[in-house]
Amino acid sequence: MTLTEFLHMGGYAFYVWTSYGLAAVILIANLLVPMVNARRQRRDLIGKLRREGLA
Amino acid sequence: MWTFFHKLASPKYFYALSGRLIPWFGVVTVLLFGYGLYDGLVLAPSDYQQGDSYRIIFIHVPAAWMSMFIYMVMAGAGAIGMVWKIKLADIMAASCAPLGASFTFLALVTGSLWGKPMWGTWWVWDARLTSELMLLFLYLGYIALQAAIDDTRTAARASTVLALVGVVNIPIIHYSVVWWNTLHQGSTVTKLGAPSIATSMLIPLLVMALAFKLYFITVVMMRARTVLLERERGSSWVREVLLQP
Repeated sequence: MTLTEFLHMGGYAFYVWTSYGLAAVILIANLLVPMVNARRQRRDLIGKLRREGLA
Repeated sequence: MWTFFHKLASPKYFYALSGRLIPWFGVVTVLLFGYGLYDGLVLAPSDYQQGDSYRIIFIHVPAAWMSMFIYMVMAGAGAIGMVWKIKLADIMAASCAPLGASFTFLALVTGSLWGKPMWGTWWVWDARLTSELMLLFLYLGYIALQAAIDDTRTAARASTVLALVGVVNIPIIHYSVVWWNTLHQGSTVTKLGAPSIATSMLIPLLVMALAFKLYFITVVMMRARTVLLERERGSSWVREVLLQP
């Protein structure tokens, strides 16, 4: 099987690759959201502790 | 056993344990996705009727399974939180909702993308499709309810009641292809007797399903940790966690 054949997906390239692409976007977005939130939260909470003079 | 559950329900213990588990679950998830994608897209043969379009199954079916599985976890965790007043269970339930909604959306859209070349239509008001769409609305209603109520305990109670009422939709989705004679095909894997799918196609399907499940466990723990820290920010263990490098 050549790469072109693989990408062609027997004529169903649009349907197959849109499905896999959308899955990738949704899974990666759902992973990034908690990562970004955790980072921002950590910074905010530590900042708050500093201001309260507890750190 | 019960001591373990009591310990697990303690925010501090859960935070520490999930912190250690997430990297391992993440690595296994990536490996499973790697193998599942290679097996499903390259190794598995074309279908004799559907050609290569059937490869959408490796996304569509795991996403649809997850959409129902996460709903049961969400309703179950909500019920546990409501009956035994376990804060962590409420947090778990709330953390499930966006993931469940995402998988439901993915199942619906990939179903559409598969339906167009195979059935000749993007959408029909078939029992399976309609009940899955209802599931998406239940998730969205749950998320909206959570967001609309400021008091966390009231929010948890109200949204759990909604989730529990919506549980009735799960068997409807599962049996819709049996109860109604509709366009969506019947089960090929989860039925009595042997699955009616070739082993070369079944293995990547199951690997992808497992990858989706581990992905969910990893991400739901990540979400729960952030919510937990936010709600417990006044307590001393959070201060200790934050002050660690």
